[in-house]
Amino acid sequence: MDLISDLANLTNSTLVFATALIFGAMGGLFSERSGVFNIGLEGMMTGGAFAAAIATWYAEKAGYGGASPWLGLLAGIVCGVLFSLLLALASVTLKANQAIVGVVINILAAAITLYLVKIIFNGAGDTDILNEVFSKWAIPGLSDIPFFGKALFNTYPTTYMAYILVPLCSYILFKTPFGLRLRSVGEHPGASDTVGISVTKYRYIGVIISGVLAGIGGAAITLTTTGNFSHSTVSGQGFIALAAMIFGRWSPWGVFGATFFFGMAQALRNFIKLYDWSAHIPMEFLYMLPYLLTLLVLAGAVGKGVKGPAAAGEPYDPSKR
Amino acid sequence: MTKWSQIFIKSNLLVPLVAIVLGLLCGALVMWLGGYNSWSAYSALFHKVFGSSYDIGETIRTITPLLFTGLSVGFAFRAGLFNIGAEGQFMIGMTAATIVGVKLHGLPAIVHAPLALVVGALAGGLWGAIAGFLKSNRGVNEVISCIMLNWIALYLSNYLISSLVLEKGQQRSEMIQESASLSIGWLSKALDNARMDWGIFIGMICVALFYILLWRTKQGYELRAVGHNADAARVSGINVKGSMLKSMMISGIFAGLGGVFEVLGVFHYQVVTAASPGYGFDGIAVALLGGNHPIGILLGSVLFGALTYGSAGMNFTANVPTEIVRIVIGCIIFFVASHGLIQMFLKPRKPGRKPKKKGAVDGGSDLGLG
Repeated sequence: MDLISDLANLTNSTLVFATALIFGAMGGLFSERSGVFNIGLEGMMTGGAFAAAIATWYAEKAGYGGASPWLGLLAGIVCGVLFSLLLALASVTLKANQAIVGVVINILAAAITLYLVKIIFNGAGDTDILNEVFSKWAIPGLSDIPFFGKALFNTYPTTYMAYILVPLCSYILFKTPFGLRLRSVGEHPGASDTVGISVTKYRYIGVIISGVLAGIGGAAITLTTTGNFSHSTVSGQGFIALAAMIFGRWSPWGVFGATFFFGMAQALRNFIKLYDWSAHIPMEFLYMLPYLLTLLVLAGAVGKGVKGPAAAGEPYDPSKR
Repeated sequence: MTKWSQIFIKSNLLVPLVAIVLGLLCGALVMWLGGYNSWSAYSALFHKVFGSSYDIGETIRTITPLLFTGLSVGFAFRAGLFNIGAEGQFMIGMTAATIVGVKLHGLPAIVHAPLALVVGALAGGLWGAIAGFLKSNRGVNEVISCIMLNWIALYLSNYLISSLVLEKGQQRSEMIQESASLSIGWLSKALDNARMDWGIFIGMICVALFYILLWRTKQGYELRAVGHNADAARVSGINVKGSMLKSMMISGIFAGLGGVFEVLGVFHYQVVTAASPGYGFDGIAVALLGGNHPIGILLGSVLFGALTYGSAGMNFTANVPTEIVRIVIGCIIFFVASHGLIQMFLKPRKPGRKPKKKGAVDGGSDLGLG
């Protein structure tokens, strides 16, 4: 193996790991830009991963063949949206504390999914291994380019979707009236309300988009990386996505950079095992890296200190306008 | 600006009670949907908790860490901070106690055990103080920094355990020295070898300390003032930054103590885990249900401890997956957190007038990021 081909492989698996994080973090971005603080990302991704595994499993048994993982992806979206509705209902309509509701979603998602897995699979803690998962697509022509072909254009459909998602989110948030309104609701809901933008409506939309994207993110883990669902399928990737959103300073391209970096931290774990010298490197520090960096960025030790959307975390109360 | 600490002061005992009932009903509904008999499941839970003296002892053992993390989260809530990092402080306290417990030899028990306890508690306190410092000096939202610190604590603990005190060929630490043990042998014997330790007694003392610190000292008054309204507190000459740091430190000490007893009292070793034990998150549930009041927290920890321990019985007798109890706990916090929902049903509506605001909840206004 030569260096170029190693690097291409590393980039390829980095992007595969980053896919779930990109979807999760973009989900967090939409929610937080609309002013709802979403630490339930982990739970929504768990829901997506679970629903994808179950739906794919049933579809595969019903003989849908290659369409099964797509049905799984759809189920992941539905499940993510269900959890996001819970967050929107409690934190927007009932004005409950957003962080607490986020914790509730994480607890409920972890428990409900495992409960259902145990019911469906007769007490087993994980689902059967799926046969019909996504396989890598090589884009004709593009995949023949040296290095880039192998690194970028021979990968899973979900990763291709992530490529499109980043510029799309950037466009929606910063170039459309919808994006402007969504952001305004997160920065200054009182002013938005005064000019006739419904704070409740935009926050619901922001949170639901969050559920859709987090659901896809979770489904991507099941359908590309693990091939089944257990309690450890998502294991903290929702929190890494949250970290990536902050590390990327609440902007889609920044978030993409952060997810690429954190995805590489995950890919490296498998990658450096190929080399003998890796035994001397404590893996724990590689695991710790995303969280440590995010903390440093927040503390202003790396670059300027960052501030999120001004009104994120606060329920909107029209009487205090 | 309504603050965390006020969430419960406004409401009464009714909301937590209704939340518990609704939570149990949700659990029953989920069991019914899953094809289980919820009545026999709940009675199996009850029998598991009170079935024998061993079970009662083990229930108390399960309650202890929840009491500590509940006190930890509740204390921070009172000062207007959401300590979602009790999980990490718990891990760090546990790790520090393990290292001191394993590495120091030849000390008499009267020195070794208290030393390990104090080191563990302080380590937890310092871990909490990091979030407190970032909040007070750099304006970093404590929820975010605590989430990051939780994961860092998990991996740091795994690293320290596996590089310093690893038992050969196992994924756990060596046993702590006999002199560092905080178990109570005679009490364990009296309760059929249930794992009893000093934790629950120190926990009771902490319940009293929680009350005295907050309501009977000048510092506690200042902490609560900051929790009610940081701006007003600043104007009246209270050192807000210092108060935040102090409250996160004390909060971390409570959580750290929970970790200390888990290793010095119960297991006597620490495992290298892929995920942290979750007591910190349950502590949030306990504190919320208990209205951030020491007695309420004690009662909350008893309820959740009993539910958690009893879930094994549900699994054994009624074959229900133990996750059902996590669902019940999640539902209870949900109903407590969005108690506007409960109040909406409890309050009689005035005829002819639409209620403008549902409940009086808008806690969390201090959660703005940055």
